[in-house]
Amino acid sequence: MSEAKAVAMDSVWEGGGSPYAIGSKKFGMWLFIISDALTFSAMLVAYTYVRISTSNWPTPFHFSPSIIFSSVMTFCLLSSSLTMVMGVHAMNHGNRKAAVGWILGTIVGGLAFVGLHLTEWLNLINNEHVTTVGNEWGVPLFGGTFFALTGLHMTHVVIGVIYLGIVAFAVGRGKFTAEDVEVSGLYWHFVDLVWMFIFPLVYLMSAKI
Amino acid sequence: MSEHTEQVEHIVGATTQSFIFVWVALLVMTAVEVLLAYLQVPTLIMLTALLGLSIIKAALIIAYFMHLRFEKLSLFLTLFPMLVLCIILMLMIFMPDSLRSLNMRVVQ
Repeated sequence: MSEAKAVAMDSVWEGGGSPYAIGSKKFGMWLFIISDALTFSAMLVAYTYVRISTSNWPTPFHFSPSIIFSSVMTFCLLSSSLTMVMGVHAMNHGNRKAAVGWILGTIVGGLAFVGLHLTEWLNLINNEHVTTVGNEWGVPLFGGTFFALTGLHMTHVVIGVIYLGIVAFAVGRGKFTAEDVEVSGLYWHFVDLVWMFIFPLVYLMSAKI
Repeated sequence: MSEHTEQVEHIVGATTQSFIFVWVALLVMTAVEVLLAYLQVPTLIMLTALLGLSIIKAALIIAYFMHLRFEKLSLFLTLFPMLVLCIILMLMIFMPDSLRSLNMRVVQ
């Protein structure tokens, strides 16, 4: 850390220092994450509302394949978070090659998640005949809330995979700093975090053994 | 040369071992959640346990993976109290109403 920067950070009142002691990119990503968290909490509250107020809410998630699939998906996302944090760690130590490797591993985890999730969607659509507007149990809101919630989350994962692809490409070519990698890591961990709420509330609460 | 300037300032905080420890803890909690679903625990206990575990998991991810534990406290105070307040407001406004409409439903 340069001496001038250290002095500025020591006394915020001198001006020029950051009150949070982080870069503007990182703070911007944090603000986005909080607003996105509000979007997801609103959708989870909406889902919980209709879930509670419907006495005959369907439980289409059989232990095999749905719960096993979603558990493996959770494992994929959690492990991709680990590889991401390793990538940030490697980049912080100036090891670009290792960072690219870890980020590519993260992308593989994300793609596995999307692939498994789409298989699970197709299982629900083809075997249980659930659509966004109706199903066999006479609770059309089930399909609506389920596909809206998991679909928005899957969109986030796909965007994250594209984002990480760009970051990995640039880092491999010697561009981007450790902060840029860390900011993309923040986004990826947030996507993982949201799934930690969707998985129990949507899948496990409607499991059928 | 550029490799040297990239020895960045903020390597304080979590180590590789702590990341793996957090990852294992998250996996164990997920396994407990799936086990609860498999045992078909009564709904209210199930919901409480699942939400409790999920909040612990979220806190672990935010603290260690998202590095918030090692940032300044002012960042946490700027971001999270208002998020929690908004969620509590949503729950206070909508949840009693959803229980009410369950009771108002015409029994078939």
